[in-house]
Amino acid sequence: MPFDRLVRVVDDWARLKERDDVFAQIGKTDYRPAHIRFQQFLSPSEFDQRMREATGIVAHAGTGTIIAAAQLGKPLLVMPRLARLEETRNDHQVPTMRRFAERGLVLAASDERELERRLDGLEGFRPRATIGGAASDQLIAALRQFIDGA
Amino acid sequence: MPKPKRILAVSSGGGHWVELMRLRPAFEGHDVAFVTVNREYRDEVSGHRFYTVNDATRWNKVAVLWMALRMLIIVLRERPDVIITTGAAPGYFALRFGKWGTCKTVWLDSIANVDELSMSGKMSGRFADLWLTQWEHLAKPQADGMAGPVFQGAVL
Repeated sequence: MPFDRLVRVVDDWARLKERDDVFAQIGKTDYRPAHIRFQQFLSPSEFDQRMREATGIVAHAGTGTIIAAAQLGKPLLVMPRLARLEETRNDHQVPTMRRFAERGLVLAASDERELERRLDGLEGFRPRATIGGAASDQLIAALRQFIDGA
Repeated sequence: MPKPKRILAVSSGGGHWVELMRLRPAFEGHDVAFVTVNREYRDEVSGHRFYTVNDATRWNKVAVLWMALRMLIIVLRERPDVIITTGAAPGYFALRFGKWGTCKTVWLDSIANVDELSMSGKMSGRFADLWLTQWEHLAKPQADGMAGPVFQGAVL
């Protein structure tokens, strides 16, 4: 689903700051950025490569992105997609963002104005924790036990 | 060494798949096949049997039926001992069909469902031998009086 609001803000910011090192995966967004390089979709390996090379990531507040960024220890700034703007089916990204921001794992922006304001500080943000490549020991152990007993 | 189990690991795309991938250490030593909605994920599980079903929302009945049919075929073909899913709709069908047989089933509600359980999770709970939420405050009895999911840790 499109997320024009986010792409526009990043595009404007790149123009103002004269950044030529910004890349966007824009998905189904209709808006075409004028100041940043972009592609509609990245393959999983391209996506992984871009994430590894990035000094800062801006995205929707989706758990896939949050986990991917946290695994790489990358600074991540998120803005939630909203159902009333037809950016998603329900507003679960709002509490998701809140919870992960509380834990110091992401920077949060509720709207475009906040997003604009927080972009400058993004690359200096240090996530409170880097996470490993797997779920918590507790969950893995619970699943192993269940599987062994099945 | 206990005998390896046949596991069917099911998820939708995006965060659901990312969360499923973080559970893989739990599958070590067992025979795991994967089902998801995106062919491009195949490389992440090379060496394992990999199936895709079409994605579908509840507003597209034809797509949902098609997904259900494909999932039934996969479950019959795989005959897993255990079905584990991080949701959403594909996982619901996998668990339902699994319960027609003798499968043991696990539903892990996504970490994105912070304020309340996912809709598919609420529907799938009674088909899950192990029904899990990743938030402790959601591990409580449900509105209809049924026992709710339990908390046993999270993917982060």
